[in-house]
Amino acid sequence: MNAATLFGLSAAALIGVGLFGLLVSPHPLRKILAFNVIGSGVFLLLGAIARRGAALGMGGDPVPQALLITGIVVAFSATALAVALLLRLFDATGSVTLAADAPTAVPTDPDNV
Amino acid sequence: MINLLNIGLAALIVGLACWTIVARQPFAAVVGFIAYGLLLTLVWVQLYGIDVALTEAAIGGGLTGALLIGAAARLRGTDAAAAAERPGAPARWLAAGVSAAVTGALAIGVLSLPDPAPTLAHAVAANITSTGVGNPITAVLLSFRAMDTLLEAIVLLFALIGVWSLTPDHFWGGRPGLPQQADSNGILAFAARLLPPIGIVAGIYIFWVGADHPGGKFQGATILASMWLLTMMAGLTDAPPISRTWLRVWLVAGPLVFISIGFVGVVTAGAFLGYPDGLAKPLIVVIELALLPSLAVILGLLLSGPPQRKAQP
Amino acid sequence: MNFALDLWTLIAVAAGAVFFLAGTTGLLRFPDTFTRLHALTKADNLGLGLVMLGLLPQVDSVVAGLKLLCIWLLVLLSGATASQLIARHTRQSESG
Repeated sequence: MNAATLFGLSAAALIGVGLFGLLVSPHPLRKILAFNVIGSGVFLLLGAIARRGAALGMGGDPVPQALLITGIVVAFSATALAVALLLRLFDATGSVTLAADAPTAVPTDPDNV
Repeated sequence: MINLLNIGLAALIVGLACWTIVARQPFAAVVGFIAYGLLLTLVWVQLYGIDVALTEAAIGGGLTGALLIGAAARLRGTDAAAAAERPGAPARWLAAGVSAAVTGALAIGVLSLPDPAPTLAHAVAANITSTGVGNPITAVLLSFRAMDTLLEAIVLLFALIGVWSLTPDHFWGGRPGLPQQADSNGILAFAARLLPPIGIVAGIYIFWVGADHPGGKFQGATILASMWLLTMMAGLTDAPPISRTWLRVWLVAGPLVFISIGFVGVVTAGAFLGYPDGLAKPLIVVIELALLPSLAVILGLLLSGPPQRKAQP
Repeated sequence: MNFALDLWTLIAVAAGAVFFLAGTTGLLRFPDTFTRLHALTKADNLGLGLVMLGLLPQVDSVVAGLKLLCIWLLVLLSGATASQLIARHTRQSESG
C-alpha cells in the first residue's frame, strides 16, 4: 500500500463521516460543515488518483490537480452562498430550523432591522 | 512511500472530521474544521500537489474557516433549539448504515483502481512548450482547460450575485457587513497597518511565480482579498456600497477580458479560447492580470455577505 | 559537516517539538483563559523558532532561508495580535 492508496481510503472514510453528519445533524451550520467535509473527501480521492498518474518528473497528473483547484474555489463559493442563505433565514425568522411547519417570519420593524 | 507521517496524517484527518461532526457546539466544530483544513494541506504536500495545497490552505482553510466562524458567532444562541430536533436512534443507525455502505463502496473502488494508472501527464508534457509556461498546472488551467477557468470565474460572480440577492429590500445598494467601531489605535488596527504591505507583496509574488512554479492567481487573489478584509475588520476602510458603478465594473472586468480573448481566438486561432501561435504566453499573462483584481474583490465581497446597512456616504 | 548539520536539525526540531508539547499541555491543563494564552504564545513562538533554526541548515539557497525567517516573523505577529485580542476581550467580558 502506498501513500496514494492510504489517502484514497481515508478519503472514502471522510466521505462516509461527512455523509453521516449531513444526515444526522439538525443545525444547518453543522450540515454545511458536513457538506464541506464530504467535498474535501471527494477532492482528496481525486488527488490520490492524480498521484497515481505521476510521470515524467511531475509529482502527479496535472489535469486532475487543476480540476481540483477549480473545485475547491467553487466549493467555497457554494459555502458562501449557503451561509448567506442561513444567516438570512436567521434574520428573517429568528431561528434556524428547517422544519416545514415552522413560523415563516416574525414581524420586524423595517427601519431597525 | 507509506511511512509514519502519512499514517499519522490520515488518522488525524479522519479523527478531526469525526470530531467536527460530533462536537457539542457549532463554534467548536468550526474551529476543528479549520484545523482539519490545515492538516489537509499537509496531506496535499505528501501527495505532491503543491498548487492544490496552496489553494486548500488559502481558500479551504482560510476563507471558508473565516466565513464559518463569522456564521457560528452570529448563530450562537441557536444550538439549543436545533438540538431538540435531533433524529431518534433508529434514524441515526440507518444513517450510519448508509454512510458505512458508501465508504465501503468507495474503498472497494480505491483498491481496485487500474494498475498501471492511466495518466494525461504525457499529453501535457508533449504540448506544454506551446503555452510558454513552465508550471503544468497553470498550463492546464489557462490553456488546455481554459474554458473551466472561465466558467469558474463566472460561477464566482454568480455566487456573489446570489449572496447580494439576499439583501433586505430597504438595504439594497448599501454596504456589506456591519460598521466596524474598532479602536484606530488598537492592536487590530496595528496589525492591519503592518500586514497588508507584506501580504500584498506575497499575494502578487505568488500570482506572478505561478507561471513556472507552484502558485497562481487564485492563491494570490485569496491573499489580496484577506488583506482587504483585514483592513475592513480593523475599521481602517469601509466596505464599498454595492450600487457603485466602479465596483461593478471592477467585478466584471476580469471575466469580460477572458471572454473577449476567447472570441478573438475564434477569429485568429479557429476555436473559442484558442491562442494563436507564439501569442499564448502574452495572452495568458493578460488574462491573469485582468482576473487577479476581479477575483480578489469577488472573494472579499463573498466573505462580507449581503448589505446590512444603508449606503450613507 | 553534513553530519553536524543534520545532527543540529534533529536536536533543534526535537526541542521545538518538546516546546509545542509543553504549550499544548498548558492549553489543556491550565484553569483559565489568561494562563492558557500565556502558555500557548510563549511555548509556541519559541517552539516555532527552534524548528526554524533547525530547518535553516537544510535549505538550498539564502532566499529560501529568508523565506523561513519571514514565516516565523509573520506567525509571531499574528499570534501576538490574536492573543492580545482574546485577552482584551476576556478581560472586558469578565469585568463588564
